[in-house]
Amino acid sequence: MGILEVKNVNKNFGGLKALSEVNLSVRENTVHAIIGPNGAGKSTLLNCLVGKLIPDTGSVMFDGQSVLGRSPYEINQMGISRVFQTPEIFGDLTVMENMLIPIFARRDGAFRMHAFESVANEREIIEQAEHVLEDMNMADKRGMHAASMSRGDKRRLEIGMCLSQEPRLLLLDEPTAGMARADTNNTIDLLKQIKQDRDITIAIIEHDMHVVFSLADRITVLAQGTPLVEDDPQNIKGNPKVREAYLGESA
Amino acid sequence: MLGLDKKDATLLIVVAVLTLCAPFILNPFPTDSAMAQFNAGYPDLMQRFIIFGIFAIGYNILFGLTGYLSFGHAAFLGVGSYSAVWIFKLFSYNVLPAIGLSVVVAAIFSLFIGFVSLRRSGIYFSILTLAFAQMSFALAYSVLSNPKFNLTNGETGLQVYADDPQWFHRDSLPDLPHLFGLSMRSTYTLDVGAWSFDFNAGYYLCAVIMMVVFYLAIRIFRSPFGMMLRAVKSNQQRMNYTGLNTRPYTLAAFVISGMYAGLAGGLMAAMDPLAGAERMQWTASGEVVLMTILGGTGTLIGPILGAGFIKYFENIFSKINDTVLHEWFALLPDGIEDFMVFIVHPFIGKGWHLTLGLLFMLVVIFLPGGLVEGGQRLSRLLKRRGTKAKPEDSEHRPEEKPHVAE
Ligand SMILES: Nc1ncnc2c1ncn2[C@@H]1O[C@H](COP(=O)(O)OP(=O)(O)O)[C@@H](O)[C@H]1O
Ligand SMILES: [Mg+2]
Repeated sequence: MGILEVKNVNKNFGGLKALSEVNLSVRENTVHAIIGPNGAGKSTLLNCLVGKLIPDTGSVMFDGQSVLGRSPYEINQMGISRVFQTPEIFGDLTVMENMLIPIFARRDGAFRMHAFESVANEREIIEQAEHVLEDMNMADKRGMHAASMSRGDKRRLEIGMCLSQEPRLLLLDEPTAGMARADTNNTIDLLKQIKQDRDITIAIIEHDMHVVFSLADRITVLAQGTPLVEDDPQNIKGNPKVREAYLGESA
Repeated sequence: MLGLDKKDATLLIVVAVLTLCAPFILNPFPTDSAMAQFNAGYPDLMQRFIIFGIFAIGYNILFGLTGYLSFGHAAFLGVGSYSAVWIFKLFSYNVLPAIGLSVVVAAIFSLFIGFVSLRRSGIYFSILTLAFAQMSFALAYSVLSNPKFNLTNGETGLQVYADDPQWFHRDSLPDLPHLFGLSMRSTYTLDVGAWSFDFNAGYYLCAVIMMVVFYLAIRIFRSPFGMMLRAVKSNQQRMNYTGLNTRPYTLAAFVISGMYAGLAGGLMAAMDPLAGAERMQWTASGEVVLMTILGGTGTLIGPILGAGFIKYFENIFSKINDTVLHEWFALLPDGIEDFMVFIVHPFIGKGWHLTLGLLFMLVVIFLPGGLVEGGQRLSRLLKRRGTKAKPEDSEHRPEEKPHVAE
């Protein structure tokens, strides 16, 4: 049994079958990559895992509990954090504040009326945030306006925000899309580091084969809404079905 | 001090000193001088500065922090006034229970209206609050005022009549709102040479209450709760995917701001024991939006500045008339004098709205951070002049955004 079990999930948009009979099992403490051509349904699948979309049929179990019918914040509180295709951060806030909020959310739950406490007095949470910022190599940016940073730094911050919650499952939707080569390499190094240092399960959608093969323990290939194969990276490279559906297209 | 850092404590102290000394500061001109009409240090107007300051401080907790633009907050102010007057009618003229009840009733009202309106965001939220406020206005103006059931006394406005029960009223107490016997109208006038200064009991009650609620607002701004409210404004999607439920946060902010409005309404009735439906009209809701934006949305001191600015204009500019203008321009040759009066005329007296509108446009276009940003720019300019910083350095420095701290 994996920590995440997706069974027979279907999702239609009008007449379009975005997902049909999708099965996926992600084992604990592995990096599981989901690849496939544009429009294959990768993002749709991810959205079904975090409560943004509800599948028409099928089940999604996280750690033995169904996530279906729960709102995004409830699913996050179960231990799933998500990184978006374009970085979603609190642009108007400082980098430090961006890092504090997820830690507060983990400690205090979905809502707490802590209106007369002072952020400055929360030593423990500030220390945790500083720690994560150091891990992300962003300690020098703590006072910066988050919106004024480069795209690579925003991505780094977003990953840091997710990690600061110590999630059991981290979901990444094309974390290197639209990034310059240097930023991509930085992100890969960061993810490798995370994989090494922590007990964490990662499910990653990625277009860049270089990224996929340098990170993944297991790969699922999705084409036209259905999983084509699920296998170890070395077997995926040689698989003729994959070449046809995916590598052929990108070549 | 009081759980505030040095900067906030300084701000609080400065505001405290300014409000306590306001009777002096606002009356800088000798009573008989031509400039005396610019004096604003009379009790009525000073009370209004403070009361609308409270209204705007509270409104800013909703609009400034979460970005939810409510067009209905005057409804809570009106509800607060009605509640207070009912306490006067039924129990006594003591202002404490009246003010207390106005806050509680406004809280209940805003809980209900907020719960419904916050199901939508953006323009739809604004329209919902506007609709609720106009419904409240209609209820107060006509529906809840009929011979069988007269809660608001319609057009005339709710007031205290001689045959009202006033169960706890005793003859030894003033026949006007009072605080344990101290009439809100009692005023001590200090004459110093050609100057005269009024110290009014009602004003000082308002001032003390404003200090308390301003302090509470600073605490909210600096709390994790306040940070969450700013996060709502910045990115709700990220909040949801970070395990935070935005709905109770926005509702809490809505109710808090509603309570501030109710407090303002209660104080208004405590200074002058009547309540009219026009207090709830949408123009009154719009005014608090203008105050907040003009002063500096999301800043601590901005709403107070904005409220003072607008109330000063409303009361002082509206009183300038052509006779006064002729006096001002008397030194000019007759033809030019008439011409100048002709030019300035539309902007004064009843035309003060025009002046305010133009000023508002200028501020929004050139100072998006409001008067607070203006102040910051001015002080930076002065500092630069003073220290003679390297000019090329200052040019390359990125524009700082106004921070919530100021
Ligand atoms: N909200 C939506 N409404 C309608 N169609 C959608 C929606 N989201 C995705 N689709 C369609 O579903 C298919 C799969 O999209 P997506 O999951 O984004 O693909 P991928 O992420 O693999 O590129 C596409 O054809 C897309 O146009
Ligand atoms: Mg996608």
